[in-house]
Amino acid sequence: MRWLRRNLVGIIGILVLVYLFVPIAVVIALSFNKPAGKFNISWNQFSADAWTNLCGVPGVCSSFVTSIQIGIISTLIATVMGTLIAFALVRYRFRGRSTTNLLIFLPMATPEVVMGSSLLALFLNLRFPLGAVTVAIAHIMFIISFVVVTVKARLQGMDPRLEEAARDLYASPRATFRYVTFPLVLPGIIGAALLGFSLSFDDFIISFFNAGTLVTFPIFIWGAAQRGIPPQVNALATIVFLAALAIVLIAQVVSYRRRRALQGA
Amino acid sequence: MGARPVEDLHLVSLTKAFGDMVAVDDLTLTIPAGSFFALLGASGCGKTTTLRMIAGLEDPTSGSIRIGEQDVTGLKAYRRPVNTVFQSYALFPHLDIFENVAFGLRRRRVKNIKPKVNAMLELVQLGPMARRKPSQLSGGQQQRVAVARALINEPDVLLLDEPLGALDLKLRRQMQIELKRIQTEVGTTFVHVTHDQEEAMTMADTVAVMNAGRIEQLGHPAEIYELPRSAFVANFLGQSNLIEGQRQDDGDMVTVVAHGVAFRLLRSRNAAAGGSVIVGVRPEKITVVDAADAARVPDGHNQVAGTVTDVSYSGVSTQYLIRARWGQELIVFEQNVIVGDRCDVGDEVVMHWAPEHSFGLDGSQDVYAGVEPAVLELEAAQ
Ligand SMILES: Nc1ncnc2c1ncn2[C@@H]1O[C@H](COP(=O)(O)OP(=O)(O)O)[C@@H](O)[C@H]1O
Ligand SMILES: [Mg+2]
Repeated sequence: MRWLRRNLVGIIGILVLVYLFVPIAVVIALSFNKPAGKFNISWNQFSADAWTNLCGVPGVCSSFVTSIQIGIISTLIATVMGTLIAFALVRYRFRGRSTTNLLIFLPMATPEVVMGSSLLALFLNLRFPLGAVTVAIAHIMFIISFVVVTVKARLQGMDPRLEEAARDLYASPRATFRYVTFPLVLPGIIGAALLGFSLSFDDFIISFFNAGTLVTFPIFIWGAAQRGIPPQVNALATIVFLAALAIVLIAQVVSYRRRRALQGA
Repeated sequence: MGARPVEDLHLVSLTKAFGDMVAVDDLTLTIPAGSFFALLGASGCGKTTTLRMIAGLEDPTSGSIRIGEQDVTGLKAYRRPVNTVFQSYALFPHLDIFENVAFGLRRRRVKNIKPKVNAMLELVQLGPMARRKPSQLSGGQQQRVAVARALINEPDVLLLDEPLGALDLKLRRQMQIELKRIQTEVGTTFVHVTHDQEEAMTMADTVAVMNAGRIEQLGHPAEIYELPRSAFVANFLGQSNLIEGQRQDDGDMVTVVAHGVAFRLLRSRNAAAGGSVIVGVRPEKITVVDAADAARVPDGHNQVAGTVTDVSYSGVSTQYLIRARWGQELIVFEQNVIVGDRCDVGDEVVMHWAPEHSFGLDGSQDVYAGVEPAVLELEAAQ
């Protein structure tokens, strides 16, 4: 009993980790399964088929690539626009500034079903053909919100004296931006872009409304789920998971190395 | 360093208003080339605003700034031969110490930066820290980086805005000496802003006491200390005993009667034009004798009888509070030269001082101007 009390925090911690990682472990494990029937839900027999033949199921790879492309393009556009908007909102006083500040939150606050269907209504009204462009437009919309909010917070948190110090040290407005303001805001921009990409890659509801005949990865999985998800989907999901893990680990290692190098100096 | 002839800095009728609030009020001032100039004043009196105008970070409402013959009033901050050590250092957190120091040189595309930066880091004794980030340095080290980063540009004028304010007392004393050494070594004009009167007096060749956007008095520290020209200066720069009275008669000596006691002071040391005069004397100029020994007081000395109300011993000196007959408490510092023979609380004593140690101030002023609020509260409580 005493032992339990002393280790309670540790035990709960382990249970939470198990809770978080069991689904991922199942996904990875089932990517090596050879499904008995249509549904890849119970372990049958080990097989590396899904891995050696990643694109073996029609549509799985093309939808994956489509999602990556839309993710990259909408993230790029949204990050540039969102960063510019954030600078304008923080640095300039103009009419409608506070309204803009409020409106920028709207895409984050609106339920996805509402936003997806409204956009669809809009595109149909405009007779705009549904496809990659409409999906990208929809994604840019909600990514911008995240970028603006993140970059704005970063800018507002920045000591204004740093820019004054740069001006005092012979940096023109342009050099001040390039060598001081931008590098200081950059981590915020990168963070917002990574988040934006993962939101875009992951989005189902809004994409589904506005995709027309386009098939993104989430839409493919949804369609496949009706007939039985092929293990290739698990394999691709595993790749995405490992890529995300790698990014996190690299970021950790880089910052740890830098800290160690500096302390050792 | 200092290959260029350094030039005087002139502020002419410099004024800055934020809406109705006049932060700097018609300031006219010449800061001689190569001097260590201290701008001393309480918080909010306009010191930072003055520095920011000199640096070009704030536009004056009116007035002009010249360096030598060159009018720099309209010059952008990044074109002025002036650099600043900011109150909070404002080191670039994303750059290491070397790049922080090199920043100004790189912006001006100076060639062969490395030896210059290394020499500067040596000057402020930070050579081994070149590749660290600012956040990995102690407060005192960050402070020296800020100085190096500004000084490496060989400005005509270096502005320091309370550079030691964030440091603890011991480090502050150490850095005062350090800054003074650096200034002597490079010969650049330093304009040092502080609210610490002791710091201003120990470091500067010239001290300007600032109050509510104006310069109250300017001069060598000893000159201002010995002969303050306003109640604010008398109280803010060190401590003073100020006694309000009326002028009686004039000869070589002015006689002022206050509370039935006559005080004499040199005519040359009287700043009051009218009949109402504040007589002032610094606490260490006063000698205390036992009331029974009143006969020992030299002829012609000003004297006040009183009762000791407080004695605090601090090793080097003893501080007495002595209540005069009319209720005012005077403060006296006495060197602990003689062992024993100290007064105790309740003793009846006579305070006396030579007439040439008195100074006279215009009687229309508030005698408490410039006293620290904490001291005022203490007195009110008693
Ligand atoms: N940007 C500003 N806007 C409005 N008031 C200001 C501004 N900067 C300074 N002030 C005011 O001007 C006065 C002088 O400020 P400052 O120069 O910072 O004083 P100090 O450095 O002597 O403490 C203060 O009352 C301050 O509130
Ligand atoms: Mg200030």
